Amino acid sequence: MTATTTAPSAAPEHPRPAVRPPSNRLRAWATRAPLLPALIFMIVVTQLPFVATLVISFFDWNALYPDARSFTGFANYGDVLSDPALRKSVWTTILLTVAVVLVSLVLGLALALLLDRRFKGRGVVRTLLIAPFLVVPVAAALLWKHVLYNPEYGLLNGLLHYVGGPQPDWISNTPLLAVEASLVWQWTPFMMLILLAGLQSRDQQQIEAARVDGAGDWQIFVHLTLPHLRRYLELGALLGSIYIVQNFDAVFTITSGGLGTANLPYTVYQSFYQAHENGLASAAGVLVVIGSIIIATFALRVVSSLFREEVGRA
Amino acid sequence: MSATAVRPVVTDAKPPVRTRRRAGAGLGLVAWLVGIVFFLPIAWMALTSFHSESDAATNPPSFAASLTLDGYREFFGAGGGASPWPALVNSAVASIASTLFVLVLALPAAYALSIRPVKKWTDVLFFFLSTKMLPVVAGLLPIYLFAKNTDMLDNIWLLVILYTSMNLPIAVWMMQSFLAEVPVAIVEAARVDGAKLPTILVRVVAPIALPGIAATSLICFIFSWNELLFARVLTGVVAETAPVFLTGFITSQGLFLAKVCAASLVISLPVLAAGFAAQDKLVQGLSLGAVK
Repeated sequence: MTATTTAPSAAPEHPRPAVRPPSNRLRAWATRAPLLPALIFMIVVTQLPFVATLVISFFDWNALYPDARSFTGFANYGDVLSDPALRKSVWTTILLTVAVVLVSLVLGLALALLLDRRFKGRGVVRTLLIAPFLVVPVAAALLWKHVLYNPEYGLLNGLLHYVGGPQPDWISNTPLLAVEASLVWQWTPFMMLILLAGLQSRDQQQIEAARVDGAGDWQIFVHLTLPHLRRYLELGALLGSIYIVQNFDAVFTITSGGLGTANLPYTVYQSFYQAHENGLASAAGVLVVIGSIIIATFALRVVSSLFREEVGRA
Repeated sequence: MSATAVRPVVTDAKPPVRTRRRAGAGLGLVAWLVGIVFFLPIAWMALTSFHSESDAATNPPSFAASLTLDGYREFFGAGGGASPWPALVNSAVASIASTLFVLVLALPAAYALSIRPVKKWTDVLFFFLSTKMLPVVAGLLPIYLFAKNTDMLDNIWLLVILYTSMNLPIAVWMMQSFLAEVPVAIVEAARVDGAKLPTILVRVVAPIALPGIAATSLICFIFSWNELLFARVLTGVVAETAPVFLTGFITSQGLFLAKVCAASLVISLPVLAAGFAAQDKLVQGLSLGAVK
């Protein structure tokens, strides 16, 4: 509506209107003013610390020897990528994220398809299914660690007892899988909710028409449902990745990063909180950001497509 | 996605043949089964929390053991352990205060992005979103050093500020999409009739946007309540939050299983209640308002 305001400016947060009559400029600022508190706050609290992290990552800096601080260029990055333990945590992060996102996405899709049908008590089942996502993450991790996985009195082995199965020590035998299972349990409901929303926004008349034309359930699923769900699948994968790449609670609680389950966030936490290696921790942190940017690039494309229909508004 | 989307328009999708209906009933049963399997750990946790410690730690599991409130008594400090109340109060303060700050900052921003959109408003929205993709660990160390040098460590208000920044982008996105539902024509009409901005906001915009604002607040509350990493690094004794309090149970090796279960349940309760109450809005918020 204020079409007269600006010539295209570099960034929306630093708009530089061309020379205009003051009344126009004033009005332009009046429309922008409500944005400024939120923008300035976000820049100060999130962007400044990241810049500081970036700077620290180029220093050899152990907090226990503050006087021995020196500029080392990319040495910290070299250390992170060549240290077997740190390199493993990069790999663990990838493995954890990909496995959890894929499995919970597939399970979530299956559940969404089940819940899309009408049956008795559908609302109750949906509520039951959402519950894992609502348990506080630390509490959920504790639940898996002590109540389910415990080799002596955990529920898993308790149930195996009835069928005379083996009584494995889940966390020691398959630590990463143990963490992944608990995260899949937490994230499947989330994927299901997003995909259910997608399923229920399908064009029912189109499906009915296809059915009249003799298409079977499977054909309808492959040719109509899946293409329609694509955006929702991408959105689920994107949001799941953003959160799971950063997972700290489950790794910290279930294995304390032991047994090869330390992911990058945990490693960053450990290298500055316990080892006081500020430079190294920062370099690892920057690597997490680079990983996230790769996801984000993909992400923005997806969100842009979700967003396209609305863009005409301004 | 609104409530109407979830209880959908399946009226004309009637399964015509009897076999399809029978298959549908079978699949409904499968859905029930999976739902129960997913809920089982939580149900088991709830049951265990009411068992005595000796009944809680048995193999095979004791389904029929007598019920007791000992786990809860233990958790609330009856056995001489640390009381969880300060941590619960800290969590409440951090969650509620940061949610209020988020609302104060996000509402004007969302207004500028939807009702009277500034130029390039999508770029601004993307900037907000992009801050969400900056992992928490990337800024943790400078924030820690800053807090240490300014004596802000172990201060709940530092968490309030950080939780505000954590939730603000989500809130701006959600509210933008809620406010976008307010018809511009109504706002313009009110303006033409001579209504001033405050009147327009209170009389026209607020009634339409209120459910969305409530949903946004709920999600901000949940995320703040759940947060661990910041709280773990930046608080100690005084400002400890409920999730940090819970981490005290990590190494107890389940020796106090009933107590662990009671603790997990009590601390999850606000989120469980809030989440059940607003299931639909939860998805919309978590997917940044993109799924409607």
